[in-house]
Amino acid sequence: MVQMRVNCLLFLLLATVGAEARAFSQIQHWITDNGARVYFVETHQIPMVQFVVGFDAGSARDPAYLKGLSNIVKGMVEEGTSSMDGDMISTSFDSVGAEYSSGSGRDIALFELRSLSEEAILDGAIDVFGEVISEPSFPEDAMERVRQRVLIGLKRREQSPGSVASRVFYNRLYQDHPYSHSPLGEEQTVSQISRQDLVDFHEEFYVGANAVLVIVGDLSPEQARIRAGQIVDGLPRGANPSPIPEVRGLNESVVLSVSFPSSQTHLLMGQAGIARNDPDYFPLYVGNHILGGNGLISRLATDIREERGLAYSVYSTFSPMKEPGPFIVNLQTRSDQAELAEGLSMETVRQFVEQGPDQDELEAAKSNIIGGFPLRVSSNGKIADNVLGIAFYGLPLNHLATFSERIKDVSLEQVKGAFQRRVLPGKFLRVRVGSG
Amino acid sequence: MKKSLVLLCLFSVVAACATESARKPAAPDAYEKVLDNGLKVLVKPDTRAPIVVSQIWYKVGGSYEPDGKTGVSHVLEHMMFKGTSTTAPNEFSRIISALGGQENAFTGRDYTAYFQTLEKSHLETAFKLESGRMHDLVFDTAEFEKEVEVVKEERRSRTDDSPEAVTYERFMAAAYKESSYRNPIVGWPSDLEAMRVEDLKSWYSSYYAPNNATLVVVGDVEPVEVFELAEKYFGGIPARDIPGIVDRGERPQSASRRIEVRAPAKVPYLLLGYHVPVIATTNNMEDWTPYALEVAAYLLDGGKSARLHSELVRKQGIASSTGVSYDPLARKATIFLFSANPSQGETVAAVESAIKEQIRIMSEETVSDEELERVKAQIVAGKVYQQDSSFYQGMRLGLLETNGLAWQLGEEIHHRLRAVTAEQVREVVKRYLRESNSTVAVLTPESDAEG
Repeated sequence: MVQMRVNCLLFLLLATVGAEARAFSQIQHWITDNGARVYFVETHQIPMVQFVVGFDAGSARDPAYLKGLSNIVKGMVEEGTSSMDGDMISTSFDSVGAEYSSGSGRDIALFELRSLSEEAILDGAIDVFGEVISEPSFPEDAMERVRQRVLIGLKRREQSPGSVASRVFYNRLYQDHPYSHSPLGEEQTVSQISRQDLVDFHEEFYVGANAVLVIVGDLSPEQARIRAGQIVDGLPRGANPSPIPEVRGLNESVVLSVSFPSSQTHLLMGQAGIARNDPDYFPLYVGNHILGGNGLISRLATDIREERGLAYSVYSTFSPMKEPGPFIVNLQTRSDQAELAEGLSMETVRQFVEQGPDQDELEAAKSNIIGGFPLRVSSNGKIADNVLGIAFYGLPLNHLATFSERIKDVSLEQVKGAFQRRVLPGKFLRVRVGSG
Repeated sequence: MKKSLVLLCLFSVVAACATESARKPAAPDAYEKVLDNGLKVLVKPDTRAPIVVSQIWYKVGGSYEPDGKTGVSHVLEHMMFKGTSTTAPNEFSRIISALGGQENAFTGRDYTAYFQTLEKSHLETAFKLESGRMHDLVFDTAEFEKEVEVVKEERRSRTDDSPEAVTYERFMAAAYKESSYRNPIVGWPSDLEAMRVEDLKSWYSSYYAPNNATLVVVGDVEPVEVFELAEKYFGGIPARDIPGIVDRGERPQSASRRIEVRAPAKVPYLLLGYHVPVIATTNNMEDWTPYALEVAAYLLDGGKSARLHSELVRKQGIASSTGVSYDPLARKATIFLFSANPSQGETVAAVESAIKEQIRIMSEETVSDEELERVKAQIVAGKVYQQDSSFYQGMRLGLLETNGLAWQLGEEIHHRLRAVTAEQVREVVKRYLRESNSTVAVLTPESDAEG
């Protein structure tokens, strides 16, 4: 569930669109004494408040010999602090109905607390939340348990053809780059992680200078400042981590077939895509919407699913990250028709890259993206997700307010040009996992 | 963790990224109007954002299907996107998309529902399209033949190639002998093979009628205006006789049942379930049984301080994950279900014993006031959090209405949950979570099974 949360967050960051100033003229931003960047959106309609702390401490920060370290640190912080054990921590949250959750991806480790906004309730939950993030004690017994749980998680993932395909795809595409391994790590490296490794990782990355805090909900600006302090003041200032290494893409087409006892073959086709700050972000976003991003009516869905009934799920996606995340075309189909589906979808991509979209498609995509803006900021939860994207990737505060304009400005030539520069079907990595 | 199995039960036309999990009871505070043709319209204003969610719920789903026709509700849900006499296949989706909207549909055991989320000024377009496919759907054989293949692919990826999903499917078929809850919503493979476009036509003409539906609208809207729009677009569709179904109940179970599933898995998995009543089957709002069961589910699995995580995962280290699922809003008697993966080196048998030991304790000793208060705090807070999602506010209204309860019960249910006593919890655990009423399914990874 947590993994899903993170995937969805990345999805939302990707989908972040447009601008209605209503909610976002009011992002209040300040930096705490220890360097944490705070983003606050005041909403009073529901007596609740959401806090999200994000650190640049995802699996891209794992040392190569300790893959999975970031994930274990993320899971261990709620297992004990200097004054509480794990049960006491959970009880503190549950007894006031507060919901604590955490997640980690390749770029980010995030911690979330949702609570009623009543002062007495917040008093109980916030101090514990702050203590969990800044003063975890990493007790040895809990560590063994969490390690075993991760090892089971790794095994469990191997029983899903989709997860295996994803693991193989990332491993081959990113090779020795830190995006290569799953945030869960690998069996061998997870087995080697020691308590001291957790302490060191926490000390280096869980620091004010490396933290963003998003607050959305029923607080006054004065209250938000006080609560922000209670959450992050315990972090030392520390320093910004150094940039993660550059991504080198593949120079040639690679095909990997993995045998798996499933009825379907899972196909992942793609390459290194774009970073979050890429100048081609907007044309690629709009273009991908047409190619494979928009439900049943994208070109890939039309060609593979609607015209031929070959797949239930077929889509393409960019996953912009700090460094270029992958561009992936993903589908699953009965193994005996995998070759057909692979050929057809590659042809759809090739044709799109060569010819670009037509004017009607472009207008339809833009009107969906722009017209859909109010939906994407219609709840505290969605606002928090969007603001976290702005905070974590250092986008301008007016990012949402200018987004619709930038979508509107995307031209046919820009889409076609961006795809021709950035999407190279002749150099795709193609991963097939199944019994075919 | 709790409720995850409920989500597993839904089959949608488009694979969706679930960004919000189902929440605990809401406070339905809606306006109702019943049109002359029997369509019930519920409107819940939520003025936080300039959006509107429109959902239509039909009283038909997997549990309505006779043997041999399983999966027909869900395939019909897919066909609903294939056009009417005035719209081409997928034109519905294209129009909604051009307006910036999102849409999808989902089929459950007791319902089939369609929804659109839009900027508020576009509600009329949604009504126009939705009312069209309520009575004017086109059944093209070629479209059907492609779409049923899509559904088979959906079944393959969501069930057949997932060892835990296969285990769940087998479990349900073992736990129920008579109730239609034994069948998978997506349908048995042989029924999907045998399905013909005529089956869909007849299913559609039997159940898709205004008097078998509830239209739910949540958003920045005026109820009176929504009622007028509903009248304009749905009012002209005639009511129809809805066929009664042979709705078998489940006779009391007299001895425990146990099955093993062998599949190419890596990690063992346990399902342990007990037949229990729900609000709709207790026939009496005064009966506290389903509320006490729901509170028991929280005590066992409401957060990491709850008993299963605290005892089995943290203290004993015997399970790597645990879950409980119980849906008191189901239309028919259901299952109180435990699920777990053992820790490395532990056996499913040990986990089963440990869960049963927790059940024994709860059936003999009343929980402390502090523990009970903790659960009530979660229930109260959950109700507030649910208000953050217009979609789930609508979902709650639609579910209550469609599953044979009244939407007005939402608030009442919340009060009843808060009124549950420690002794009532002890009593329902003792009454229902007992050996002779249990079914166990164990997933044995095939490599282990060979040895």
